[in-house]
Amino acid sequence: MTRALIALLSGTLFGAGLAYSGMSDPARVQAFLDLLGQWDPTLAFVMGGAMLPMAVAWVIRSRLSAPLAAPTFDLPGTTTLDRPLAFGAILFGMGWGIAGLCPGPALADLAIAPGDVAPFVVAMFVGMAAQRFIPFTSQKPKQAGPK
Amino acid sequence: MIPAFPNAMPVEGFIGGLLIGLAAAIMLLGLGRIAGVSGMAARATGIADSGAPRNVAIAFVVGLPLGALLIAQTVGAVNVNFPASIWPLIIGGLLVGYGTRLGSGCTSGHGVCGLSRLSPRSMVATGMFMASGFVTVGILRAGGWL
Repeated sequence: MTRALIALLSGTLFGAGLAYSGMSDPARVQAFLDLLGQWDPTLAFVMGGAMLPMAVAWVIRSRLSAPLAAPTFDLPGTTTLDRPLAFGAILFGMGWGIAGLCPGPALADLAIAPGDVAPFVVAMFVGMAAQRFIPFTSQKPKQAGPK
Repeated sequence: MIPAFPNAMPVEGFIGGLLIGLAAAIMLLGLGRIAGVSGMAARATGIADSGAPRNVAIAFVVGLPLGALLIAQTVGAVNVNFPASIWPLIIGGLLVGYGTRLGSGCTSGHGVCGLSRLSPRSMVATGMFMASGFVTVGILRAGGWL
């Protein structure tokens, strides 16, 4: 229960930050990516602002043996740079540019413009589910020969 | 306001960014996890089998619209402008959903949390999705679709 409340607080602050910073506006995010148009640098200020508390948090984390309200830290430990990472990031970037939306703003917009964002959110979950069934041939780094 | 970029909101952007960073710091130090929206969303819906406990993921995901609503109620109307056609939203959504699962993260997990951790994977992922976004929008602009 405590953990769910902490997660709710984190999500709420996150959503508030997205809305306040203008990042819930697809046109503004797309304008950041639009170097040939009327460029809008706001997203860079958002990233800069978000880095500060997190930089401090990582330093504090290095001195903690466990998080404050959970038994252990459960953080990504993978360090290999592989093809799924690269292809996934490229596909994500394409979708981000086409729609001006990534997962956080899309979910936050369910409270601001539910009808407008609904097609994106539905498609996003379909895409996520599809990745489970069409997982990409990453586990075989050798080239796929004829079978 | 920046004269060269009349639409930019540097102050609101920076303050909003601080809130986002604080949110991710609470997730990290409180629950020992990355505040990655794509991972949490996949976990909350049951699309992912592993990751955060289900109740944590659901609570985090529910918080996102709640926080936006809070801003709309207290600060004022949140201005959003969507594409006129539904197709960019559907195609974009499919690519974002598939790509974030394949690439293990999005702007929050790789961007905010991973970059500040100086994670090599996140630095590569963020560089690639940013580059991909710039190229994609550049093509849309050059092609006259924007």
